[in-house]
Amino acid sequence: MNFELSDEQQLLGDSLRKYLANDYSFDARAKIVASPTGWSEKVWASFAEMGLLGLPFAEEHGGFGGTAVDVMLVMEALGESLVVEPYLANVGIAGRLVDRAGSDAQQKQILPALVQGQKRLALAHTEAAARYELRHVGARARRAGDGWVLEGEKRAVLQAGAAETLIVSARTSGSDTDPSGISLFLVDRVARGVTVKEYRTIDELRAADVWLSDVAVGRDALLGGEGQALPVIEEIADYATALLCAEAVGAIRYANDTTLEYLKTRRQFGVPIGSFQALQHRMVEMVISYEQARSMACLACVKADTAGPAERQRVISAAKIKVADACRHVSQEAVQMHGGMGMTDELKVSHTFRRLTMIGQTFGDAEHHLERFAACEAAGG
Amino acid sequence: MDLNYSTEELAFRDDVRSWLRGNLPADLKQKVESYQELSKEDLLGWHRILAKKGWVAPDWPVEWGGTGWSVTERYIFEEECGYAATPSLVAFGLRMCAPVLLRFGTEAQKKRFLPRIYNGEDFWCQGYSEPGSGSDLASLKTKAVRQGDHYVVTGQKIWTTLAHHADWIFCLVRTDPTQAKRQDGISFLLIDMKTPGITVRPIILMDGGHETNEVFFDDVKVPAENLVHEEGRGWTVAKYLLGYERMGTGRIGASKRELARLKELAAHHTKNGHPLIEDARFRDRLTRVEVELMALEITNLRFLDQMRRSGKPPGADVSMLKIKGTEIQQAITELMMQAAGPLAQAYRPVDAMDFDHFTARLAPRYCNMRKATIYAGSNEIQRNIIAKATLGL
Repeated sequence: MNFELSDEQQLLGDSLRKYLANDYSFDARAKIVASPTGWSEKVWASFAEMGLLGLPFAEEHGGFGGTAVDVMLVMEALGESLVVEPYLANVGIAGRLVDRAGSDAQQKQILPALVQGQKRLALAHTEAAARYELRHVGARARRAGDGWVLEGEKRAVLQAGAAETLIVSARTSGSDTDPSGISLFLVDRVARGVTVKEYRTIDELRAADVWLSDVAVGRDALLGGEGQALPVIEEIADYATALLCAEAVGAIRYANDTTLEYLKTRRQFGVPIGSFQALQHRMVEMVISYEQARSMACLACVKADTAGPAERQRVISAAKIKVADACRHVSQEAVQMHGGMGMTDELKVSHTFRRLTMIGQTFGDAEHHLERFAACEAAGG
Repeated sequence: MDLNYSTEELAFRDDVRSWLRGNLPADLKQKVESYQELSKEDLLGWHRILAKKGWVAPDWPVEWGGTGWSVTERYIFEEECGYAATPSLVAFGLRMCAPVLLRFGTEAQKKRFLPRIYNGEDFWCQGYSEPGSGSDLASLKTKAVRQGDHYVVTGQKIWTTLAHHADWIFCLVRTDPTQAKRQDGISFLLIDMKTPGITVRPIILMDGGHETNEVFFDDVKVPAENLVHEEGRGWTVAKYLLGYERMGTGRIGASKRELARLKELAAHHTKNGHPLIEDARFRDRLTRVEVELMALEITNLRFLDQMRRSGKPPGADVSMLKIKGTEIQQAITELMMQAAGPLAQAYRPVDAMDFDHFTARLAPRYCNMRKATIYAGSNEIQRNIIAKATLGL
């Protein structure tokens, strides 16, 4: 057992942090957020150049064959700087799906372009009635000639606007909540019958609602086995959840650092407010939340690509429970201790608050994962 | 980064586990599992079994009987002991007096005391707190006046755990009341409990148990050779010790065992005809405690890893382990009592008559464990320490 990072991991983390410090200041980020697309092609190209986009993918596709722990270091740094570019959506989710479920031809067609920063994808899975239940898919795909025709509505599709291709889940058989019968399809975002309505999210990313109306796709659009997609969707959701936990750790670290700084510099009653024990003890609780969340994020990332499904689900739910609780605790306390300034759009802390709030409920809130953890326990014991 | 134990570490764990299975007396195990009070003989019995095996003081230097284990191996050993339900080794000699002697003691002091601590021949207790000096330890008043080749000690200590069993006590005493900085007038003395002038009076806690005492010193003559480090440098010694004291308060292995027991309990007791563990309100509380414990285990290992790599003694971060570890221990006792519901009412197990004694001990156990967030530096003091030392507030 050891927690040491390899020289390569250390180097990667350091160089990314240096890049973000120089090129992704809070002001620079604000300009990106306010731009029409809400993300920066220049930043994306730099990520490609640094090798970040290929980190977990095989060398034959131009990647580095990295583990979830490698990606964890990237996510922590992105979390600290509140990076809005669609890294998780591509490297953690859509690219990973292609990597795990795609045919050789699909991988060759998609992954090298993704790794080079020339192609982006987004997973369109969530539906209005599904909440966080991954098996709940109402969208339908019916056979038509050689291919399929898709019909349905997808909600809150993260980073759909930046994607050329959507990975759409739809039922090829069964009722809305059957575990089997879900299939994945590669769909051109501008294909006939696809309507994408993009909106800004509270944490300044982009999401979209997607309507599919008689969308015809070919035979080669099917990603993975027909009706067999749920296990791989679950696997990717867990992988992404582990990475999201790491992103939260970075954002929590920023929230704690900036709050501590504020406690030391903001003066009231003639003294720094950090001299008040009521605030000191609350600050300590925030630090403990950070350390505990960080431990669980490490555990989740270690297990995300090494453990079997039963252990993976149990550990990642445990991590998400802890991290969601920590996101809520730290973000609320950080704003509270900044007083009125914490409420303003001007300070990064309020943006960190918003991102942490969204991370808390992405891929299942604490309550959802409490249920899943209990189900794992019941199945295992 | 690799959070899995290596093949060697797994083999070590299996060795420890099978040795414990073969050598932990069944009656001791049963007593620990059901929260019974342990007698002096129980405590010493287990100490001597480990001493004979050579495992009683893993963290000591090898020349004094340490095992030479790595940080991880020591952690594995601790956890396996906790999980197997061994009695906790009394820390005052092995983990408090000994590290102090090893760091600050003379050769003569080491030779005189360390082997007897190792073999369980001397039972030690800790004379820190006083009626007027709890969290504010540096305000202590027990005075020691140098007269020729000895000190004369007068004053009172309180909350002295297991003083009624002890042969020796290590004490913080005030040797110089004139120092402007009160920390500077404090010294660290080793005192034989059989010395005339010492009186031990029991304090009965709210669970009815006798663990702790008042100790009175009335013109107690202590040879000057029992001074550790220099006169007036006792605070340095005390601070060194605090890190060690908090290191052992996480009790993760024991909490894991108790959590497993709690799950059994919650599967056994029913609510509206269903196992309590299926009740979402109860189950979610249980899960949150389990998750905190999983996180604490990793946090603990991360801190040990930092210690190993930096070669530095435990710092203020250890206070976090104390805070979280004790909160978890308390939460488990509370949930156990909740699981047993109306059956968890008995004051003393002997009152319980025919129904099972484990359940009968849950309410007293809950009461008793309120001590955990108070002792070894209350959790509020731990937060002060982190605020000052780690955060610079």
